[in-house]
Amino acid sequence: MSKEALVEVKNLKTYFYTEEGVVKAVDGVDYEIYPGETLGIVGESGCGKSVTSLSIMRLVESPPGRIEAGEINFKGTDLTKLSEKEMRKIRGNDISMIFQEPMTSLNPVYTVGDQIIEAITLHKGVKRKEARRQAIEMLQKVGIPLPEQRVDEYPHQLSGGMRQRVMIAMALSCDPQLLIADEPTTALDVTIQAQILELMNSLKESYGMAIMMITHDLGVIAEVSDRVAVMYAGKVVEYTDVDTLFDDPKHPYTWGLMNSIPKLDKDVDRLEAIPGSVPSPLNFPEGCKFNTRCPLAKGKCYDVEPPLEDTDGGHMVRCWRYEHLEEIKKRGERIYEDRGVQK
Amino acid sequence: MEWKEILTRLIKNKLSLFGLIIILFFVLVAVFAPYLAPPRSPEDAYEIPRAGWQVEPQPPREGYLFGTAQGSYDIFYGMVWGTRTAFRIGVIVVGLSSLFGIIIGTLSAYYGGIIDEFFMRITDVFMSIPFLVAAMVLTTILGKGLDNVMIALVTFGWMGTARLMRSQVLEIKNEEFVQASIALGASDTRIIFKHIIANCIFPVLIQAFMRMGSMVITASALSFLGVGAPEGYADWGQMITFARDWILGGQGSALKYWYTVVIPGTAIMLFSLSWNLIGDAFRDILDPKLN
Ligand SMILES: Nc1ncnc2c1ncn2[C@@H]1O[C@H](COP(=O)(O)OP(=O)(O)OP(=O)(O)O)[C@@H](O)[C@H]1O
Ligand code: SF4
Ligand SMILES: [Mg+2]
Repeated sequence: MSKEALVEVKNLKTYFYTEEGVVKAVDGVDYEIYPGETLGIVGESGCGKSVTSLSIMRLVESPPGRIEAGEINFKGTDLTKLSEKEMRKIRGNDISMIFQEPMTSLNPVYTVGDQIIEAITLHKGVKRKEARRQAIEMLQKVGIPLPEQRVDEYPHQLSGGMRQRVMIAMALSCDPQLLIADEPTTALDVTIQAQILELMNSLKESYGMAIMMITHDLGVIAEVSDRVAVMYAGKVVEYTDVDTLFDDPKHPYTWGLMNSIPKLDKDVDRLEAIPGSVPSPLNFPEGCKFNTRCPLAKGKCYDVEPPLEDTDGGHMVRCWRYEHLEEIKKRGERIYEDRGVQK
Repeated sequence: MEWKEILTRLIKNKLSLFGLIIILFFVLVAVFAPYLAPPRSPEDAYEIPRAGWQVEPQPPREGYLFGTAQGSYDIFYGMVWGTRTAFRIGVIVVGLSSLFGIIIGTLSAYYGGIIDEFFMRITDVFMSIPFLVAAMVLTTILGKGLDNVMIALVTFGWMGTARLMRSQVLEIKNEEFVQASIALGASDTRIIFKHIIANCIFPVLIQAFMRMGSMVITASALSFLGVGAPEGYADWGQMITFARDWILGGQGSALKYWYTVVIPGTAIMLFSLSWNLIGDAFRDILDPKLN
């Protein structure tokens, strides 16, 4: 890419030192986020998506967690080197975050207005009256009807979708350059989900900010992402733009993920599922971490971990045998067992 | 929940309304003490005037509405000005000990680790000593007097609040809204005051109400045991102390000196009962399971 990256995560390692041992939640992750784009991060539960984002915000609970190695360059500053005080100036101002649970992400004892006003006054140094005016404006921007009235309501008076809109209003109130959204729609109904994603897409356009969208739902990825990083067991296993990923997944794991969601628009009558489950981060296997579940695993896969390799023009894949998968795909064969027939 | 709503519900509940009325009554007595029982000189208003030098208590009569206690001390005067003392002990002791408890509990839970370990060990040590004994020993060391009683009660009275606050904060600090606020760039102090304490304060308030009553009883007990207020000081505990030798009225008329016991006893009981009633009603109002 010609543009300069807004965020550049390099070899990030975040470990948790627990009584059972060292949990390598994030174990060498690399990716970039460019201004104005949406990077999707997808992977099964426990693969380290949230910990990666918390590392960027420097919100990893410590102890037991610690950023072991790596760099997080945000506009040329390595965030891992900043003091807590310097970091506070960045949080909510340059980088904002919204969470999964709109039910619990707002403080029940304050009105939504109070909470947006807090977000505004934290960084902007404006008077309360002006902050209130801006809060109402933000509520309007995120599509909340009757904002002058809603601003004085308590979170319990709002629906889940409304609360998530309020969270977005709070997160965007200081005009951040990066918005991290950790499963922002998982807790919502499907129709509300679509509305929130649409809202985020349109706000991204008007604010020109970048979004890091964390989800385990490839549908969400398809909807909002420009580029995608697929994570497995604390590492990025495939990394490319969204169209390439869906047209030509090169990693056996991505292939499995894609084939385990029903496609209503395509004439697919079989669903494939990845067998087994994610290995415990306390004892990852030797070699490729996917080898316990990968139908193509063979020889070298059990001894040496594959690097994240550029296969062609920026399509990065971490697999020794992706070319083999390519041939199988060309032959129209499957690599996973059938999970059942969809009709 | 808003304060207005809480207050409305406190008034609607018969028991807490009763409590509120009694407390209000005592507040009025305390405020208007100089009019109800004019002191001889404002400097020593807390010194109970004596009707003479008679040792034996004398029943209520003209000028001495509640009679006189052992040593001819005016019971009415002692009760009226003792109301101020009761509030002073209650508010200062409960206020300070709750404050210490809140600070220690919050710091322990919010920062965890070594800080938590340190404070909780201290709490355990303080909790292992029986409260009344500890308070008595400390008052004895510091010397007789109400101020020292209060110091002792604060010194050994904060642990309950600390534990309660700690468990509350532990619960709240992992709430997503705390995370969300940190993610917006709020500082520790802001998080603690604005988000954590505001969400944990009600159980602590309830506990404080309950303790208002019991602190006055404890302070009275210390007076009764002889380490409290100096003789003649207007304090309900002192009034009870005066009655110590006159609880039974001797041959033929066991209830002869009833006024020495019943009057201060009733005041202390009503005072602590009222705080408990309010505390109870408060808890019912705030318990989400009951709503
Ligand atoms: N505070 C912690 N202490 C110990 N281990 C932790 C802690 N937080 C996360 N982990 C571990 O780190 C690993 C990655 O967790 P993470 O929350 O990043 O997963 P995720 O990809 O976000 O999953 P999900 O889709 O369920 O949110 C998990 O194995 C988890 O158990
Ligand atoms: S490296 Fe081997 S085990 Fe790992 S994904 Fe590729 S084929 Fe499967
Ligand atoms: Mg997560």
